[in-house]
Formats: sequence, structure tokens, C-alpha cells
Amino acid sequence: MTSPSGIAISDLNKAFGDTHVLKDISLEIAPGERVVVIGPSGTGKSTLLRSLNFLDRPDSGTIRVGDLSVDAAKASRGDILALRRRTSFVFQNYALFANKTARENITQALITVQGKSTADANARADAILRETGLADKANSYPAALSGGQQQRVGIGRAMALDADLMLFDEPTSALDPEWVGEVLDLMRRVAEKRQTMLIVTHEMQFAREIADRIIFMDGGHIVEQGPPSQLLEAPQDPRTKAFLRRVV
Amino acid sequence: MSALDFGYMWSLVPILLSYVPLTLFMALVGMAFALVLASAMAVERVFRVPVLDHFVRLFISFFRGTPLLVQLFLFYYGLPQVLSFMSGINGVSATIMGLTLHFSAYMAESIRAAIMGVDRSQWEAAQAVGMTQGQMMRQIILPQAARVAAPTLVNYFIDMIKGTSLAFTLGVTELMGATQKEAAGSFLYFEAFLVVAAIYWIMVEALAFGQRHLEVYLNKAHAR
Ligand SMILES: Nc1ncnc2c1ncn2[C@@H]1O[C@H](COP(=O)(O)OP(=O)(O)OP(=O)(O)O)[C@@H](O)[C@H]1O
Ligand SMILES: [Mg+2]
Repeated sequence: MTSPSGIAISDLNKAFGDTHVLKDISLEIAPGERVVVIGPSGTGKSTLLRSLNFLDRPDSGTIRVGDLSVDAAKASRGDILALRRRTSFVFQNYALFANKTARENITQALITVQGKSTADANARADAILRETGLADKANSYPAALSGGQQQRVGIGRAMALDADLMLFDEPTSALDPEWVGEVLDLMRRVAEKRQTMLIVTHEMQFAREIADRIIFMDGGHIVEQGPPSQLLEAPQDPRTKAFLRRVV
Repeated sequence: MSALDFGYMWSLVPILLSYVPLTLFMALVGMAFALVLASAMAVERVFRVPVLDHFVRLFISFFRGTPLLVQLFLFYYGLPQVLSFMSGINGVSATIMGLTLHFSAYMAESIRAAIMGVDRSQWEAAQAVGMTQGQMMRQIILPQAARVAAPTLVNYFIDMIKGTSLAFTLGVTELMGATQKEAAGSFLYFEAFLVVAAIYWIMVEALAFGQRHLEVYLNKAHAR
């Protein structure tokens, strides 16, 4: 028997007080699959991503990443840590550690969480900094980097973790337009490695290019999903049609 | 008004300077203990550990709400009467204990405020990469909070140096006590207290000089 791979989310629910934000979300993601989530503002896209690593604690449902299965209602501190160690997260506002250099942002978790030696962690960080085009910024603090550079470090920090699932919550939305291109280019390179990715974005052209599947969310539900050609060219649900008319 | 007796003042300087190490010793040991205690209480206040939180709040309320002098008398004259193991306490220990508890209550509140001021994104990023709470606090949150809290903490240290002079009231011959003795012998009170004031002042100014370097160091991540 082979151990399960990929990601399976079933019947995930999350409410903030009286606001029921995620309503019985179920979703499977195959290994190496790149899934893009789109949908109107306030619909629960961020909450979905943040529930998967318990930045927002879901109320019920199960989340399985590889052979680790966590029942949200009963998740222990250990379950949550285990889940976080199999996922990585790229934030809209970069969220780089302000007291750490670009290189330290990448090595931090490799050393403290994964227990790598400083030498190994530095070697990995330097390889990633070269790949992200930031080799000359290794010793810069976030405050001295442009938005685009900060987000590339943010993606590099997530790449270094070799997570089973990379989560991206609108990684280009906070950027000045001039920096969007370089961040999308880096994400394309990550996607080419067949890294499993779940991405919330408003960049439709980018989604069309790299997504294996696009999910349209509205009102806390997955309304419709399919390959980009199908979902973007021939949407079925009137809500999807209305949304696409507005954004494309 | 008669002229100041500069010769006498000058002769006091080496005598009083020999008490500076004791003053610094009490302040430094008190500060070290207070920093540890205050950080622990601040972290507790942030996470609001059940039950413990009530004790910490009571502690902070009491030690901020009563005068340091009252606390010192309580430790030195009062507690030995009810707690037998305290009966051997000497004035220096009682002073260090009083300074520690008194200032840790103030410092806990500044450190707590500094911790709460660290941007939410920093906590979330630390959690997202899988750090434990302890790792997150030590590696990410407390270093950033330290930068914010540092100027205030240095101010408390300055207050603590000056607060050591209250040890005199517990019969310790420290800088203040020694000055009092000298003055009582010579009747030159003005000269004697002027010299001791200058000594405290210079110590504090030296510290303020160190503070500027500390701030440059702590701000290095934020320079552009
Ligand atoms: N911490 C919170 N407390 C209370 N309500 C929240 C919280 N976080 C999100 N919400 C609410 O949950 C709903 C979904 O928010 P979410 O951020 O997931 O939407 P989104 O689809 O990511 O929107 P956007 O495209 O604007 O980022 C919104 O109504 C929001 O106000
Ligand atoms: Mg969002």
C-alpha cells in the first residue's frame, strides 16, 4: 500500500463570530498541481488559505497533506505545527522578519524548525538568493529592499522549506505595478518545478498561463472549477460569468 | 553666604568614588533580575496564562501602586518578623530585592506594550514557517520589542541607579550613606551633597552616552 499523497480538504467550515465565511469547502489537489483561486472580495479566499495552516483556526472539517490528516475541531498544538511544517505561505504584505537580513529570513526556519546546520542553511539560502536574483541583497534588511525584492525574498523563504503545499495569498496585490512582473516571473519558475501551489490572485493572464485548474469562490462556497480554458472561456454559473465580465 | 570650600569638596571625591562600585553593583544586579522577571511577566501578560495572569496582575498592581521606600521597609524591617528565613537579610540584599520587584513591575508593562506593538505580520510569518511559540518569541518578537522598549528600559535603569540611594535608609553605607556621614562630621552639608549629586549625574550621563550607541545598534535593521 502506498501512503496517500497530495492534498485533501473536506467539509471545511470557518466562522468569525456570526459571519460564516467558509461553508463546507471540499477540495483535492494532486501532487504538482497548480491551483488558482479567484472570486469577489470578502468571499473567503484568504480565509481558506489561512485555515489550511491554522493562521485562522477552522471550526470543523479535515485537512490532509500527504499522510498527515488533521481534524480541525480536535487539532492539537502538535497537529498544527506539523501542518505548518508541511506548508509554506507567501503573504500579500511580504511579512519578512524585520529584524533579519534577506539571507536570515530564508535560513531562520531551516535552522530553528528543520534543524539544519548553519552552513547547510546558508548554502541553501545563497542558492535561492541567486535563483531569485537577489544574491547581492543577501545581507540587506527588509527595510532596505523594494517591494518587489521583499516579495521575492518572501517567496524564497517559502521555497526553501520544500513544503508539500505552497500557499500564495495575493502575492502581487500590494506591489507597485513596476514590481509585479518580476514577482510573477519568479512564481512561474516555481510553477515550472511542478511544486504543488494554491494561489489566490487577481492576475487573470498569469492564472491562465500557469494554472492547471482555476477555482471560482463566492459567498464561502466553491461555485465552479475547471481548467483555465473551460472556466475562463466557458463558465457555467451565472455568478462566475458576472465576476469574469467585471475582471477580464 | 560663605564661599564653597573647594578643597574639602575635592578631598571628598576619592572617598565617595570608592562607594560607586557598590551603587553600580546594586543597580546592575537589580536590573538584571528585573529584566528577566519583567520579560517573563510581559510574555505571560501577552498570552494571559490562566490563573497565573491574576497573580501577575496583582503583583504589577502592588509594586506600581506603593512607594519604593515602603517596599524596602517592608522587606527589610517587616518580612523578617513573619518569615524566619528572611531574618538574616542584609540591607544590600533587601535593596536589590526591592529594586528588582519594584522596577520589574514597571518594566513588565513597557515590555508588554512593546511586544503588542510588533506587527501582526511578524507573528503570522513566524507561525507560518512552523516555529513554536518559544522560538517565535525568542527569535522574532522579543528582539523587535527590545528595540522599541530599550529607551524606556534605560530610563528605568537610570531611576534604579538613583533608587539605590534609598539603601541608606536601611542602614547601608553606600554612596548616599557615606556622604551623610562625611557631612555630619564636617558640617559642610552643601559641599558634600553637591559632590554626591555630581557623581550621580556623571554616572547617569555616561549611561545616556551608552544608550545612544545601544539605539544605533538596535536600529541597524531599520536603516535604509
Ligand atoms: N479576523 C477576522 N475577524 C472577523 N472577520 C473576518 C476576519 N478575517 C476575515 N473576516 C471576514 O471574513 C470574510 C472573508 O474574508 P477574506 O479575507 O477571506 O476574503 P477574501 O476573499 O480574501 O477577500 P479579498 O479579495 O478582499 O482579499 C469577510 O467578510 C471578512 O470581513
Ligand atoms: Mg484576501
